[in-house]
Amino acid sequence: MRTFKGVLTAATMLTALASAPAWAQDTIKVGGLATLEGAFAVMGQDSMRGLELALKEANYTAGGKKIELIKGSSDAKPDNAIKAARKLVEQDGVKILVGPLSGSEGVAMRDYAKTQPNVTFINGSSAAQETTLKDPAPNFFRFSTDGVQWQAGLGEHAFKNKGYKRVAVVAEDYSFPYSQVMGFMVDYCKAGGKVVDKFWVPIGNKDFSSIIAKIPDNIDAIYVALGGADATNFLTQYEQSGGDKPMVAGSITVDQTVLSAKGKQRSYLIGTPSAGPIADTWDDPKWKEFVASYKKAFSDGLPSPSLFAHAYYLAGKAMVTALDQVKGDLSDNQKSFQAALAKLALDTPTGKVALDKNRQAVADIFLTEVAEAPDGKLMNKVVRVIPQVTQTLGMPEAEFVKMGPASRDNPDCR
Amino acid sequence: MTIALPETTLAAPALRTPADAALHGRIAKYAVLGLALLAYPLAASDFWIVQIGAQTLFMGTIALSLMWLGGYGGMVSLAQLTFAGVAGYMVALFGVSNHPELSLGWPWWAAVPVALLIATAFATVTGMLAARTEGIYTIMITLAIAVAFSLFCRQNYAIFNGFAGFAGLHPPRLFGLDLRAPLPFYYLCLAFAACAYAGVVYVQRSTFGLALQAVRDNPRRMRAIGFNVYAHRVAAYAMSGLLAAIGGLLLVWFNGRISPDSIDAGPTINVLVMAVLGGMVHPIGPYVGALAFILLQNFAVDLIDPERFNLVIGIAFLAIVLASPDGLVGLWRRLMRRRS
Repeated sequence: MRTFKGVLTAATMLTALASAPAWAQDTIKVGGLATLEGAFAVMGQDSMRGLELALKEANYTAGGKKIELIKGSSDAKPDNAIKAARKLVEQDGVKILVGPLSGSEGVAMRDYAKTQPNVTFINGSSAAQETTLKDPAPNFFRFSTDGVQWQAGLGEHAFKNKGYKRVAVVAEDYSFPYSQVMGFMVDYCKAGGKVVDKFWVPIGNKDFSSIIAKIPDNIDAIYVALGGADATNFLTQYEQSGGDKPMVAGSITVDQTVLSAKGKQRSYLIGTPSAGPIADTWDDPKWKEFVASYKKAFSDGLPSPSLFAHAYYLAGKAMVTALDQVKGDLSDNQKSFQAALAKLALDTPTGKVALDKNRQAVADIFLTEVAEAPDGKLMNKVVRVIPQVTQTLGMPEAEFVKMGPASRDNPDCR
Repeated sequence: MTIALPETTLAAPALRTPADAALHGRIAKYAVLGLALLAYPLAASDFWIVQIGAQTLFMGTIALSLMWLGGYGGMVSLAQLTFAGVAGYMVALFGVSNHPELSLGWPWWAAVPVALLIATAFATVTGMLAARTEGIYTIMITLAIAVAFSLFCRQNYAIFNGFAGFAGLHPPRLFGLDLRAPLPFYYLCLAFAACAYAGVVYVQRSTFGLALQAVRDNPRRMRAIGFNVYAHRVAAYAMSGLLAAIGGLLLVWFNGRISPDSIDAGPTINVLVMAVLGGMVHPIGPYVGALAFILLQNFAVDLIDPERFNLVIGIAFLAIVLASPDGLVGLWRRLMRRRS
């Protein structure tokens, strides 16, 4: 009985004292936050691969100091993302936080960053528009493009080249899909297309039968902006219910995380146009090199890196490059490090990336189409590369902001 | 002839009765615990003070409201976090937030009492719906109310701002102190938790509390004697609503925000886990359970691969519940009894 009580006490104390062991002074602690739980868990897994690849390429060293990566997990809920970020920053003492993955988490992270001015926050792949457009935080840097930028050119392509005059929208009900739908509708509506109805579902929705039943018949295509498990569920259920309308896909709907899902091959997806920050089968040598090193480093990874791996890779690369520039010196409350990040012009596997005045990335966007690779797997092939897309899609900022923030009802062109 | 009384009986100290000894023992225990809680911030970092300490105190208060209803009232309700969420949303709607077009912008001394009142009223109405049910049906109806409210908040954009909810919710500045700073916030939570705990300990021994426990044990007999069983149960819900509302107020001040996924099925079950983990046998149970749960939630990711840490939380929960059906407090009591 005594020993059992002793073990119980010891176990409780052990849990209480468990924390990262103390390291020597020449180590920089970096936190990596992604959605390792819930509907986006597969995306979270791949994003960690991207971050680890960037650190591996730098030998876990930057600016002469060792990099120690501490991982945190969230489940696409802003509350939990902030809790995990608090633990990494306040308990584990990370100096730089890379993340989060999901749109709404990014908006909450922007607000948290404002309360921690001496920590640098580099975005993972969160792509909600307002994170850097509305009240941006001075220590939050986004080297990935946002959801609106990701859809540049897709609306016009769908109307003019594919001939889809009327579409219905099925998307998840949070800030990132609002940005995607806005990005699509800005040029789709301008070209003359009509969006007759929008269906918004909660993240993690399992049953799409009521949505599928309500999709109108007099449309030419469905614009689908779902991610992860939600996309797989919807596509399976739509096909099983006999639906035959072609689709226009959001960036994460025909991402590698969905195309490589185990189960029946999604052959009906072949030909679906989409747009996003990467294209799986681009024949640029730098991109091919990136894919090869991803495949070599992760034998249990996806057939080709997803845009989440790519975004976290960019974040890791930016961090390492800026640390090299300031020789690992974070002593002046990270002011010189943050200044180096803001001025950085990165050469990435997908072209040049630089930041605008809101610390938001300006980069190339790829218009893609789903195709079958020679080995039978589904890939996104490049239709066109749209160079250096800004957050305001090339419009003057005042005119862009006048459109209003992306939301369920904005924009509207019925 | 009068017999002289020995002087010593008057001068001698009063004999210590067993009841006195038990009371002194309890006072000593509370004194030690109180001192430890007051002195805790001296030994802890900001993270431990707020994310572990303060969070345990207000989540424990919400779990206490569940334990009050379940342990003393015999009604396990899954709507406790909903009452907390109603208080949180009302504070956001009546007070100041990042959405001035939706919030009324009342000062905190007006918004907070109104929010607590509305949450208690909501709990009373829930009680009126649930008090005629028993056992699993109570669980079902309260779970239905919880999920319905969270879905309603998610879909309503006119008042509740849908998926995004409200951000920018801050506790007030009192006497020049920012109540969200680590030390003041911790002591604020400690004060509220102490009042909630003392309230439950007092009420459960009062006439109403004893009648409630009798209603829990044998409602038929109580009805036959002439007690209004329904009214007692509804009153119990109202009190649990107030306790949960206090916890909910501190919850939104801690997070700085509230949204539908703060109060959906996942966090609702977490509150039940905290209450069961600690044990529904004593009001300290929910606080012990909340501490265990929050420690697990924060540190399981350090013990195992970040992709598998939920497994650790699940296994720990299973182990504690299997080893002791009355939770950690029950386990502690059994250990103490075996030792003596």
